[in-house]
Amino acid sequence: MSSRVEYGWRATLRELFTYKSAILGIAILAFLVALSVYAVVTIPYDQAVKLWRGSENVWINNPRNALPEWWEWFAGKKLPRTLVLDSRVTGFGVSKAVTPVVGTDMKLVTINYIIDYNYDDFPSEVNIFFSARYQKNPPLVKLVVQKPGGEEIEFPRFSLRAPNDSLYYSISKDVLSTLVSYYASKHGGVNVSDRLTSIELTFGRASREGLESGALEVEKGMYRVRIDAVCFGEDSDLDARIVVYGKVHGPAGTDNLRRPLEIALLWGAPVALAFGLTASLLTTVLQMVIATIGAWYGGVIDDIIQRLTEVYMILPFLPFLIMISAFYKIDIWVILAVVIVLSIFGGGIKSTRALVLSIKEYPYIEAAKVYGASNARIIFLYIIPKILPPLVPGLISAVPGFVFLEAALSFLGLGDPFLPTWGKVLNDAFNAGALYRGYFYWVLEPAALLMLTAFAFAFLGFALDRVVNPRLREM
Amino acid sequence: MGEDNVLLRVENLKMWHAMRRGLFGGVVYVRAVDGVTFSLAPGEAVSVVGESGSGKTTLGKTILRLHEPTDGKLIFKGRDITHTPEKELMWFKRETGLVQQDPYGAMPSFMTIYRILEEPLIIHKVGTKEERSEMIFKALEEVRLTPVEDFAFKYPHMLSGGQLQRVAIARALILKPSLVVADEPVSMLDASVRVEILTLMRELQEKRGISFIYITHDLSTTRYFSEWIFIMYAGHIVERARTKALLQNPLHPYTRALLAAIPDPDPENRKRFREVPPGEPPSLVNPPPGCRFAPRCPYATERCRREEPPEFEVEPDHFVKCWLYVGAR
Amino acid sequence: MSTALSVRNLRLYFSTRKGVVKAVDNASFDLRKGETLAIVGESGCGKSSLARALIRLLPRNVHTYSGEVLLDGVDVMKLSEEMFRRSVRWRKISMVFQGAQNSLNPVLKVGFQVAEPLMIHFGVSKEEALAEAKRYLRLVGIHESFADRYPFELSGGMKQRAVIAMALITHPEIVILDEPTSALDVITQANIINLLKRLQSEMGLSYIFITHDIALTSELADRVAVMYAGEIVEISDAEEFYRRPRHPYAEKLMASVPTLRTDKKLEFIPGTPPSLINPPPGCRFAPRCPYAFERCLRESPPPYEYKTGSFVRCWLYHEGKR
Repeated sequence: MSSRVEYGWRATLRELFTYKSAILGIAILAFLVALSVYAVVTIPYDQAVKLWRGSENVWINNPRNALPEWWEWFAGKKLPRTLVLDSRVTGFGVSKAVTPVVGTDMKLVTINYIIDYNYDDFPSEVNIFFSARYQKNPPLVKLVVQKPGGEEIEFPRFSLRAPNDSLYYSISKDVLSTLVSYYASKHGGVNVSDRLTSIELTFGRASREGLESGALEVEKGMYRVRIDAVCFGEDSDLDARIVVYGKVHGPAGTDNLRRPLEIALLWGAPVALAFGLTASLLTTVLQMVIATIGAWYGGVIDDIIQRLTEVYMILPFLPFLIMISAFYKIDIWVILAVVIVLSIFGGGIKSTRALVLSIKEYPYIEAAKVYGASNARIIFLYIIPKILPPLVPGLISAVPGFVFLEAALSFLGLGDPFLPTWGKVLNDAFNAGALYRGYFYWVLEPAALLMLTAFAFAFLGFALDRVVNPRLREM
Repeated sequence: MGEDNVLLRVENLKMWHAMRRGLFGGVVYVRAVDGVTFSLAPGEAVSVVGESGSGKTTLGKTILRLHEPTDGKLIFKGRDITHTPEKELMWFKRETGLVQQDPYGAMPSFMTIYRILEEPLIIHKVGTKEERSEMIFKALEEVRLTPVEDFAFKYPHMLSGGQLQRVAIARALILKPSLVVADEPVSMLDASVRVEILTLMRELQEKRGISFIYITHDLSTTRYFSEWIFIMYAGHIVERARTKALLQNPLHPYTRALLAAIPDPDPENRKRFREVPPGEPPSLVNPPPGCRFAPRCPYATERCRREEPPEFEVEPDHFVKCWLYVGAR
Repeated sequence: MSTALSVRNLRLYFSTRKGVVKAVDNASFDLRKGETLAIVGESGCGKSSLARALIRLLPRNVHTYSGEVLLDGVDVMKLSEEMFRRSVRWRKISMVFQGAQNSLNPVLKVGFQVAEPLMIHFGVSKEEALAEAKRYLRLVGIHESFADRYPFELSGGMKQRAVIAMALITHPEIVILDEPTSALDVITQANIINLLKRLQSEMGLSYIFITHDIALTSELADRVAVMYAGEIVEISDAEEFYRRPRHPYAEKLMASVPTLRTDKKLEFIPGTPPSLINPPPGCRFAPRCPYAFERCLRESPPPYEYKTGSFVRCWLYHEGKR
């Protein structure tokens, strides 16, 4: 009984879809491809690099180390989002009034912010960014904070030190001492716990017990922040932007440089896929050609290739890569090239060679020689198309290896320093001690995406292997 | 086999395969073809009959220059092609064709039938694309694979063994060769299909006047196919004769044993034993001196075991390599 | 004439990705003691599946395995796997497989392999089994010194003899021979057939001889069964069959086999056998049969007993057209 185990492309695809693992793999891959396309389309490469490299000022309006927004479901409470109110932007909650002082060149600038705070947790940070215009003398600024319970806290006046000065409210020692003394006097000699931060004192319900124990609840309601400033000079002006930083941001959170992780996670997808697929594809194709030529011609050529392969297989791959990247400045393309060069004479050559050696003896090769096909023609038109299908599952299954390789290099700090990739995110997280500090999402998100990619290719590769390799089928 | 009109002349052809004997042994040779001589006229069909290991397949492949002969001469259309390098043999490859035993193995599984038939034409730069298309469809018609448009764009796995052998025949004939070697072309096919394929080959051979070398182990098929039969044993042609003559009057003891061993469908067969010589063919690595059939031959003499017999022409067009006929020319 | 084996309505279907393959579809026949029944057919007709069904060596994807197989009055189909293994397989029925020379274990000595069935099925000690193995090797024409050799040291014909010894060592009643000589040259084949003839008369064996080679069947067959597309389409006595096969397929098959000694016009059968997954309604050979008429395409003919013990599945005989 002749068992015809070879099928055309369409039949192979049809058979592939009968395997649930293949469908799952393809679904995940489709998702990753969609992610990649979205990433590349919405944030072009140059912009992505610039954004990721960007200094603090690019992301200044983002909270540091914020959790992803969906974490709310697990936390069970409403976590604060970032609120930005800018006097230059007309809108709800901000108002600005400029009153010139008659008879002088001074102006009184009053900016009022209304913050309706309804979250179950404190903000992570509060900053006020000033933008002033003046000739000689900088404006004199007074800050007043009014809490929903009616408490009004006045802060001592200060002069701006530069046209673009900032008040880092949450870490300022002056602010803290003002708050502490306010509450100390208000509650008559209470010993304010030194665990309490400016944020807690500002946004918390300051009861006597709370102040002493150092545990305050969030006070929800309307907060008013007023900036009274005196500007000097005809053309002087003052604008201010208050940022009440939340604890969550975006679908993926932020890192310690306030960068939204979703950019790196999004951009990591096309990089991972492109790198993995390109490396795997080029390596497989080159190995295939080399193995076929060696196996076909035999003799000295085959011997040289085999010995070369054996030496290559003994060489330690990763240390080489580490050495190269330690000594030379590298980017992702160089990494790709080096990885391919170091993989060409790998173990795949031995198995492909065995395959070619057996195909060499097939009758149709003999027939081709009889009607005059040249060696080159036989290699490229008769042998390679035959060995291609068995190599495809291996090609697919090798992709995760290369993806992890790139991630490992980035993680070790040896990868492309500017490209936002998943490995780079892990590297940043590691360097910032993310797990120590409880920023688990920073590590889990890229790791999960890496594993998802690996699963997708692994499922697809296994299913393809069973389709292409008839012996693994259940017949 | 007139000497004047000769397509192929084989003179004392030898084909020895080198084989490594273990790690420390030297090289030993398997003497697959060990001194074969004959001529083939244009349009003549010859059956080469032998068991596995007789060297018949190697003979066919060597004649097609798939191997370079170890010794002897191979002369085709008057030109000595024994040691010609492959690059200079394109003209010869255009003149020859091969039909192989395994129909599925003989076709590249990833090419359509059309493409498979186009390959020889492309390689030898025959015709334009349209002309080639015509030739391919004609070839399919000739081997009765109709409707041709249907078959042309199928893949090998979609065809049965018999149909694929027709494709193989079409492929072998598409360059209009003058010599075709068919190596066990029907032994992998079902019994009812064999006749069809053999008949087709015979028709085409006669119509186009192609010389055929039909290699087989099944003596019963030869009478329907060829004018001559060569019997091969252990690398030698032990008997050569016209088909009828050989089947009616077998001379060599091996030929006789072969004929005695083959059953026809006859209910009387089960009631008696067949008289056949015991043993098996000798190793081709160290063949015995003298006649290679001697160890099994019921008529072997001392001389048979010592000296290899030459070929004797016992009657016109009937040659035997056996000391029993030393009286003849 | 007592019956060694009686098979009724044997069915063996396989589940595959493409559907259910009806490899053996309702086979019925008798094997008489001491005689040879040849089962002849082309590739894919189900004859090898029939052999495996009889000795119950089945793959995993069996869909249907049913019928009645009476051996010494016992329906062995009803036996459990364990009972079958202990009492039937290699005790009453043994088998010589297709390509048997390649199924010898290359790393075990020949004598040991021939002795194994005794050790496994009868619990005989190793020394006794080896002694018996040597006796059987002699019986099949191999010098007993070969018992200590490995399979690669034996020629093709000798390996085939060794496998036959292995099948006989437990002294079965019935031996199934599936293409026992297919890879051997003609002279060796004749030698092996001679051996099989001798053993049959010496040991009183009944053979089921499966092959595609019609001429070869005449060397052993007392009765011939022809299989086509999973069905047995004819069972006839040897005298009748080789001279005048009844079923159109058998007739055409006989006409397509070249003969050495008689001059005859060869015919061939156009078309191909049907798929075993969805066989056509009606007679399976009808699409290719030159004598087919309307009923043949509609209804599948039941067996017609034209003589005691001889059957043909063909409407031509039911309707007296022949």
